[in-house]
Amino acid sequence: MQPFTQLTAKAAPLDVANIDTDQIIPKQFLKTVDREGLAQGLFYDLRFDADGKEKSGFVLNDPNYARAGVLIVGDNFGCGSSREHAPWALLDFGIRCVISTSFADIFYNNCFQNGLLPIALPAEQVRALMSEAKGGNHVFDIDLETQTVSAPSGARFHFDIDPGRKEKMLKGLDAIGETLQAASAIDDYEHRQALQRPWLEPA
Amino acid sequence: MPAMSGQTLYDKIWDAHVVSTDANGESILYIDLHLIHEVTTPQAFAGLRAAHRPVRRPDRTLAVADHNTPTEGQALGTGAVADLEARMQLQTLERNVAEHGIEFLPMGDPRNGIVHVVGPEQGRTQPGMTIVCGDSHTSTHGAFGSLAQGIGTSEVEHVLATQTLRQIKSKNMRVTFTGTPAPGVGAKDFALALIGKIGTSGGTGHVIEYTGEAVSALSMEARMTLCNMTIEAGARAGLVAPDEKTFAYVMGRPSAPKGAAWEIALANWRRLVTDPDARFDREVVIDVSTIAPTVTWGTSPEDVVEVTGVVPDPATFDEPRAAQIRRMLDYMGLKPGQPIASARIDRVFIGSCTNSRIEDLRATAAIVKDRKVADHVSAMIVPGSGLVREQAESEGLDEIFRAAGFDWREPGCSMCLGMNPDRLAPGERCASTSNRNFEGRQGRGGRTHLMSPAMAAAAAIAGHIADVRDFL
Ligand code: SF4
Repeated sequence: MQPFTQLTAKAAPLDVANIDTDQIIPKQFLKTVDREGLAQGLFYDLRFDADGKEKSGFVLNDPNYARAGVLIVGDNFGCGSSREHAPWALLDFGIRCVISTSFADIFYNNCFQNGLLPIALPAEQVRALMSEAKGGNHVFDIDLETQTVSAPSGARFHFDIDPGRKEKMLKGLDAIGETLQAASAIDDYEHRQALQRPWLEPA
Repeated sequence: MPAMSGQTLYDKIWDAHVVSTDANGESILYIDLHLIHEVTTPQAFAGLRAAHRPVRRPDRTLAVADHNTPTEGQALGTGAVADLEARMQLQTLERNVAEHGIEFLPMGDPRNGIVHVVGPEQGRTQPGMTIVCGDSHTSTHGAFGSLAQGIGTSEVEHVLATQTLRQIKSKNMRVTFTGTPAPGVGAKDFALALIGKIGTSGGTGHVIEYTGEAVSALSMEARMTLCNMTIEAGARAGLVAPDEKTFAYVMGRPSAPKGAAWEIALANWRRLVTDPDARFDREVVIDVSTIAPTVTWGTSPEDVVEVTGVVPDPATFDEPRAAQIRRMLDYMGLKPGQPIASARIDRVFIGSCTNSRIEDLRATAAIVKDRKVADHVSAMIVPGSGLVREQAESEGLDEIFRAAGFDWREPGCSMCLGMNPDRLAPGERCASTSNRNFEGRQGRGGRTHLMSPAMAAAAAIAGHIADVRDFL
């Protein structure tokens, strides 16, 4: 996983609540057996019309927001399907950070597996950042170490993040490698379980 | 220090599976059962291969093919799947499970079907277990009093490699359903009413335990419907404490404990209850006698209305909700204030892990028997598994469906998400027993109204959204 420490990037406002993972990456892009190449499917039905032409009204098609690295979105982003293709597609498109008032649990968790930083802020702060980004004043600074988002107007907001997740994100740690270091604890657990819940063992 | 309060069912299952907890409060949680399918696993197996890691417990892993599978011609095998990408994904799963020695119920095997129908049916799903699957509706298995959660592909890889998940414990929420439902009202209506009340993020960060006399009265299949929709309320897992109905359902199934092991298991399972003095972080109480048959009108499962109600008028709401409603009405092709029962439908889909079990099919048959699907409606029924299909056929339900004009298909996820060829055309309006009415979920531009199987059956006959109580 690529580490996330600090990011200076354009922020694109996508002022819609309850954006589900079906909208982030529609089903037809889930047939891949790879993690890469999903950028083309990102927000497909919102970005493209039925003939595959770019819709002019969609923020990521606006040249002002080309190569945005931050996305500011409405409440409850990433609800629905557990598909990790959603963070993969966002990353493949170049988005490294998403700001909202709230995220669905599975999506939130999937972000941390991939070095995509989801930042939850109170509604009025998200509003302030959203309107700043809409006004075209939109190169934001995100610093994970100090847990701050800074906007060009000088607005500076602190965000909360679980310390364990923060550490893994900063270092780009491999969760599996880390857990495997606890392999003997897992062995012990399995031995205990075989005694306490013997019916779970294959006959 | 406050007095120690009792434990919830979630606390008990959690504690029984913690391998270790670090200073940041993140635990390594042991996973008893890992269900896998073709769509969310290829990248996980590729990751294992790249790191030369084996699957730690292939015996605790069960694979099915369900999301991509066509709902006809399954006997021809994956080689005959017309969609090349889908075929390749299905064949990738076949290769991966063979390489790692994982039990696989392939397309065409009568035991194959939607992963959340197959687990319980095979007796793999048991009380008190931790269960994960790379699919958000894993919450379904919570009906057995197991902690069942959807995970992403990186976590699938993590579970394959370590048989554990790294997780921070969620909060406890209790939803109590009191009273007795009116005829025509069931678990799907309970779920939609709950989501309408608390919203799609109402359960975020929580595990929900469902209790109350109305839950005790539900069959196992109806409890699965209720737990299935928990993810639509934002909670990752839903639980119902196991009881005699649970034990009776599990007993004798192929993977259920047998003989002396069954007796030991049963004694343990009887302890899977929330202590009377346990504390919940959030409580919701709903009297089910006040619930009417419920449908969705918008593009989020929280946008519900009683079947006798009308579509909301954005003019009566503040921004930004008003803008959201306008956007949804535009997508759904509905007018403010229009009675929902006046919405003419084009398609009916009865299926999905929410409502494709035998009881759902019996409820459907009870409504459509000796009636005809409206001329302009195309209606399909997709059983949840090959065994559900066989059972329905042995009861003659397929004859009733065909006589009424339904298309009777082979099992799979089908038009719940339309990864296979079953999907809506732009603008088509569908009465669906599935769980998500998101924009484009059942096909680009498709308009989905979620409802119970009996309500979908009534809509099929009427040709528009209809009150099932007029058909009882
Ligand atoms: S039936 Fe639908 S919701 Fe259930 S597992 Fe399949 S795609 Fe997911």
